[in-house]
Amino acid sequence: MSFPWANVYKPSHPFMQWMDEKLPLPRLVYNSLGAGYPVPRNLNYFWNFGVLAGVCLMIQILTGVILAMHYSVNADSAFASTEHIMRDVNWGWMLRYAHANGASAFFVVVYIHIFRGFFYGSYKAPREMIWLLGVTIFLLMMATAFMGYVLPWGQMSFWGTQVITGLFSAIPLVGDALHQWLLGGFAPDNAALNRFFSLHFLLPFVILGVVILHVWSLHIPGSSNPTGVDVKTESDTVPFHPYYTAKDGFGLGVFLLFYCGLLFFAPNALGHPDNYIPANPLQTPAHIVPEWYFWPYYAILRAFTQNILFIPAKLMGVLAMFSSILIWFFLPWLDRSPVRSGHFRPTFRKFYWVLLVDVAVLGWCGGAPAEEPYVMISQVAAIYYFLHFLVILPVVSSIERPDPLPFSITEAVLGKDDAAALGAAA
Amino acid sequence: MTEITSTDMLDPPVADGVRRRDFINIAAVSAAGVGALAVLVPLITQMEPSADVLAESSIDVDLAAIMPGQAIKKIFRKQPLFLRNLTTKEIAEADAVPVASLRDPQTLADRTKPGHTNWLITMGVCTHLGCVPLGTGQGEPRGEFGGYFCPCHGSQYDTAARIRKGPAPKNLAVPDYIFTTATTVKVG
Ligand code: HEM
Ligand code: FES
Repeated sequence: MSFPWANVYKPSHPFMQWMDEKLPLPRLVYNSLGAGYPVPRNLNYFWNFGVLAGVCLMIQILTGVILAMHYSVNADSAFASTEHIMRDVNWGWMLRYAHANGASAFFVVVYIHIFRGFFYGSYKAPREMIWLLGVTIFLLMMATAFMGYVLPWGQMSFWGTQVITGLFSAIPLVGDALHQWLLGGFAPDNAALNRFFSLHFLLPFVILGVVILHVWSLHIPGSSNPTGVDVKTESDTVPFHPYYTAKDGFGLGVFLLFYCGLLFFAPNALGHPDNYIPANPLQTPAHIVPEWYFWPYYAILRAFTQNILFIPAKLMGVLAMFSSILIWFFLPWLDRSPVRSGHFRPTFRKFYWVLLVDVAVLGWCGGAPAEEPYVMISQVAAIYYFLHFLVILPVVSSIERPDPLPFSITEAVLGKDDAAALGAAA
Repeated sequence: MTEITSTDMLDPPVADGVRRRDFINIAAVSAAGVGALAVLVPLITQMEPSADVLAESSIDVDLAAIMPGQAIKKIFRKQPLFLRNLTTKEIAEADAVPVASLRDPQTLADRTKPGHTNWLITMGVCTHLGCVPLGTGQGEPRGEFGGYFCPCHGSQYDTAARIRKGPAPKNLAVPDYIFTTATTVKVG
């Protein structure tokens, strides 16, 4: 937000003055990522992950557009063209590994970004719209990642498509027609591959558009901060540039260390070896697993093994899986505590950590075969997941007694806040 | 004298307050709306299976080489097709099950052709999420009910390929087929 004390853009070079009159793009950058954007002075490293997510999106778009120059969109040649990229195209192996591991890195970053929001109550007023747009981005990311995984047309690509599009056939009455409509056939084949490619190319740009809205809505209230206390005076903020450009730059360096480590030393660690076997419609792999970032939802899907009342198990699983993310849309209204940050919410904080463990357990079960004890564990963990959002959060936020909040950000940082104290006294 | 606005002058309201311009607005917006809806039809239906995918492709299968107890897999409309020669014991097992107790109640006779009840011809697509069940190949597990076993989420089918246990909601689908001779079938 532009607080009244924000630095004002004053171009000195005549060209920049001319530019400012015709197209004030430099002014926009100055006010949103430059010295004209005051940001709380106490942001910790968890606030780096939004920018890192933006970097991941750029990496994916750049490597993706290049891969598309060498890839062949046809069920007969897709697998071979992927191997062609790996073996024949100059640096093709690096670009493909960068894209595949870039997707994983993107999800790591976004999961940290989301769990930052859970802990610090970033979804609360006045930032609900930022949150809702964020959940939308996440859904788009999931669709994009799923369709991207189909493109190499290996065994996991094929059977992943079969299983995930099969989910839609669980919908009563229209399910089978919808399933055929999605695939453009009775089983995954050329029609499905082509449309998935088209959408996989398109969606990242849609995500980019929603990210712009996300950041726009962020700039209205401005970033929250680890105390969750609103900005009061100028001493609570520092200009984005150079303070956070430097901090984000340092964070980017650390991120790139991890990313390049994965890319160059363990490029297949997160992938499934079965996807190096060409798709075979007659042979199902021993057990079908999605990519790791989908495991928690896959565990919820498979947790339903019995019909519940008149609802078939298959439909229940599908509904629960989608609800597990859609429920995030209601989070700003499920958590009723006026205090944002988990630092000052002793009871909430404990349940936050339990939720984190619960999601990790779901992830672990989702990657395991559909056998006992994993099914039973996923059932318990899935129930807890929904309990957290639908019962624990509303109840805790109504009865919890929060710890005393600091008077201001400056006080939290320096131990005292003369300016604000004076202002309050006046 | 009351003030007269320019629109009133162009299109003075008649007695009931309705102006000619209101009609033009409604007509124009409705026509555009109908046009937009009409455009949606091709945009949506282009996603449906295309003519070549739908083209009635049928296959002929020679069953002569399949011994009782054996099964083979063929491809029919890009999907696996199971053809199985049931043993008398398997037929008896399938007939012994009380139909009312089944999740998807059907008899073996419903699922085979008269005079050919030993030939169990079904799609090899699990009705849960579409994996290919095991049980056609030599030595593959056939599950507790001796039919087919889907390894993906553990659905078990009996010797009439009916769902007996696990998450799948329906029996394995039976495609359209006819016996062209005593040992050949035309599927599709
Ligand atoms: C492509 C993916 C995304 C990009 C590029 C992105 C970008 C950003 C950026 C640059 C910021 C400001 C810096 C920061 O606070 O870390 C931000 C803040 C925020 N993001 Fe995202 N984001 C993405 C996805 C998401 C998702 C999936 C969610 C939630 C479901 C989300 C929720 C939020 C919230 C609530 C804030 C405000 C945080 C605060 O001020 O305390 N974002 N995002
Ligand atoms: S696909 Fe066969 S049991 Fe799930």
